[in-house]
Amino acid sequence: MTASDVFNRFGGVNLLPVILMILALPLIGSVSSWVTLTVAGLAMGMMIFLMASGLSLVFGLMDVLNFGHSAFISFGAFIAASVLAALAAWVSADSVILNALALFAAIAAASLFGLLAGWFFERVIVQPVYRDHLRQILITIGALIVAEQLILAIWGGAPIAVARPSFLEGSVIIGDVAIETYRIFACLLGLAVFVALSLVLNRTRIGLLIRAGVENREMVEALGFRIDRIFVGVFMAGSALAAMGGAMWAGYQGLISGALGGEMMILVFIVVIIGGLGSIEGSLLGALLVGLLGNYVAFLFPKLSLASNMLLMMAVLLWRPWGLRPAVKL
Amino acid sequence: MTATTQANPAAASHVRAVRTGRIIVWSAAAIIAFCLMFAPFLFPDVRAQQVAARICVFIVLAASYDLLIGYTGIVSFAHTMFFGFGAYGAAMALKSMGAGFDAIFLGGAAGVALAALLAVAIGVLSLRVKAIFFAMVTLAAASVMMVLASQLSDFTGGEDGIVYSAPKLFSPATKLLTDDNGKVLKILGVSMNGKVAAYYFVFLSCLLLFYALVRIVRSPLGTVLEAIRENELRAEAIGYRVVAYRTAVFVIAAIIAAIAGVIWAVWLKYTGPESTLSFAIMIDILLMVVIGGMGTMVGAVLGVVIMTLAQFYLKDVMAAAAEATSGLPLVPHLVDPDRWLLWLGILFILLVYFFPAGIAGTLMKKGGH
Amino acid sequence: MSAPVLSLQGVCTDIAQYQILHGIDLEVPEGGVYVLLGRNGAGKTTTLRTVMGLWKARAGAVRFRGRDITGLHTSDIARLGVAFVPENMGIFGGLTVEENMRLASKDGTFDARRLAWIQDLFPAMKTFWDKPAWALSGGQKQMLAISRAIIEPRQLILIDEPTKGLAPAIIRAMIDAFREVAADTTILLVEQNFMFASALGRGVSVIDDGRIVHSGTMADLVADKALQTKLLSLSLDAHQ
Repeated sequence: MTASDVFNRFGGVNLLPVILMILALPLIGSVSSWVTLTVAGLAMGMMIFLMASGLSLVFGLMDVLNFGHSAFISFGAFIAASVLAALAAWVSADSVILNALALFAAIAAASLFGLLAGWFFERVIVQPVYRDHLRQILITIGALIVAEQLILAIWGGAPIAVARPSFLEGSVIIGDVAIETYRIFACLLGLAVFVALSLVLNRTRIGLLIRAGVENREMVEALGFRIDRIFVGVFMAGSALAAMGGAMWAGYQGLISGALGGEMMILVFIVVIIGGLGSIEGSLLGALLVGLLGNYVAFLFPKLSLASNMLLMMAVLLWRPWGLRPAVKL
Repeated sequence: MTATTQANPAAASHVRAVRTGRIIVWSAAAIIAFCLMFAPFLFPDVRAQQVAARICVFIVLAASYDLLIGYTGIVSFAHTMFFGFGAYGAAMALKSMGAGFDAIFLGGAAGVALAALLAVAIGVLSLRVKAIFFAMVTLAAASVMMVLASQLSDFTGGEDGIVYSAPKLFSPATKLLTDDNGKVLKILGVSMNGKVAAYYFVFLSCLLLFYALVRIVRSPLGTVLEAIRENELRAEAIGYRVVAYRTAVFVIAAIIAAIAGVIWAVWLKYTGPESTLSFAIMIDILLMVVIGGMGTMVGAVLGVVIMTLAQFYLKDVMAAAAEATSGLPLVPHLVDPDRWLLWLGILFILLVYFFPAGIAGTLMKKGGH
Repeated sequence: MSAPVLSLQGVCTDIAQYQILHGIDLEVPEGGVYVLLGRNGAGKTTTLRTVMGLWKARAGAVRFRGRDITGLHTSDIARLGVAFVPENMGIFGGLTVEENMRLASKDGTFDARRLAWIQDLFPAMKTFWDKPAWALSGGQKQMLAISRAIIEPRQLILIDEPTKGLAPAIIRAMIDAFREVAADTTILLVEQNFMFASALGRGVSVIDDGRIVHSGTMADLVADKALQTKLLSLSLDAHQ
């Protein structure tokens, strides 16, 4: 049995985040720092996964790459910040229920906006340029410019502080390791979304159609289904997830500015490229790798943290030009 | 031609429209060329010369980008990265070796070489797969370079950038021509000092680069590129090595962008992330090429001038509008001069919908669609 | 004989700037296998794709049981009872055999008798039922593609070169299967393999350069060697 057989037998590329975690431990040296960084990396990965999964599916299904995707992330973040600011009394209240309600309202408002804006975006911006990649890139970039300017016009250019519900403040302490509650929450939410997405994709007829459509759109139509109608739904869901990711990110950062969308978009692209287009498993894998590596490197070699993701992307492209777990062959 | 003209009045009017369109485009280009050629005499104030030099450099930048997007169908977001390599190469050498042409040459050559090398790497690595994938990879690469430039402040001056002097020849104190009294000679009221030399250094080098680009698209290589853009599979079947051609074009465009960066660095006497690498500049170039007309070269000229003038005049109009609507909610924010990109973005979307050929392409449309 | 199941009148189709079909006239009668022969690039695949609505005809009309379906969306044509087996088989490799079949059934459920019949026809469909389709061999993939087309009763099945790349033994097994399927369904079969085509076909049309150059019965064509040479020399030379 060769080394690669062993590798594949024990989960193949799915093992990469675990391998990364194990490699990082001796480099970091201290177990408590390692745990903190690992949880931070996982939390960050899960939030990026929220942002990336929609983009990946939208691309897989209709061959549409939406450069305006980051606008949903930004809008989600700013809307969540506004809702939390409006519900300031609930946010700081001494009641977990009120805290949770405020948080739920913020995330729900962001996601709802993503859903509606996604519908508008798909119908007005993307649909007229299906199958024309160049115009698709240009027009979604135009939309991105407009969206970013709208954010500046509505919320202004100065960074905005985001209130964090008090029940998510502070840390859980296990032994001598302190883990931020918000990070645990981000991990759980991301995991829940992943499980829900997997269930929809693997257990429902719509999911079956989406998976089939990602592979071969024409054949699904020749079997009697309207892919374009399914696609609107996927686009809306993807936009809502991006907005949800943005909302979570806003709470995580505590301070957001108009540049947020652009910064996250780079990470999202790297994740989608690493993971392979069109599969949510790939997105999760890519997001975890990016999140973990980013946090470890930021601790070990602070100056290299973003470059590290770039190197990771280059390495993956050299090893597997179509990403780690692609659903579509490019 | 006369026979078809009689037989088909619609075609005749189309031919006439195309002819008029070409005349408009070429005369606009001629006027621009004239203005740039005599800019120091026509627009003597410092600010206008700054604008003229910027237009020269951006014409080269936009035209080389047109070679990618218009002639080859490659969407890259790394063009400012290559521009930055050239600029930073020249800037670092000018800073450390002192203000001399040897520094410009050595530093510039190093920057251009690095740009070419990275272009080969990116091209070979990712031009094999879909165009859209390439766009993502270049975007990621460019933003990482941007972060590196602002973090490696020991070499690049970080966010502040690098300030240095240009060779003595380009200094305002240098007298190019003197009159009988030994004072700097004035022609048409303009002092013949080093500033004029600097402008003509920019103008002539940019003219040379633009000419090179025009030669490239008119050469057999240009024909091959067109064949590939029209029908990739067919071109491959005929026997063209599509990936090799694409990579070659990507490298050529990168080299030209890097040289433009060197020129820009010499003119500006300052190089920083905002002046060379920023995503805003990348978007500017993209808008310039698309608005001007992809795949025409002359479109790049029009696009650069229109965008540059719009940046000034649209802002004036918007300032007036913001004043007029100051009582309303949100509206003044939407027409705030700082939001000029908002309206340009909307204009851009409409343009891509209705006139994907851009200004030059629409006016000079070859054959009916 | 009743009215044709499918008829094409003067159908012209362009792909990008190239005109591929220059006015196809074709009538496919009810029942049995009707074969469309022609050399590479003659327009066979384009004809099938135009019928299916995957390419849009620029001129002419496609009629299905008398109804004009020229401008209909592919999915609507499929829902009229037309199944399509493309040249690349259109298998969803990431899905299991069962999921592939499930997508092809109208409401996601199987008629037990029909499924048993198919699994009897192609035993591999039973063996690999819950395996991912990418793991199938080329012949098995073709069987899956055909199984998908017949899991529901159809009015018309369009099949594009099912024998491409298959071993002779598998092709012989296919002939038997096709005969059984054609007993109650009309099949329009695009082929280059004359042995396979002549074993199955009732009627035949030959297409060249985007036009129908001959239509008649398969028996006549098989009997008339001179005609065969004239019409098919190119394709037979290239493929036998």
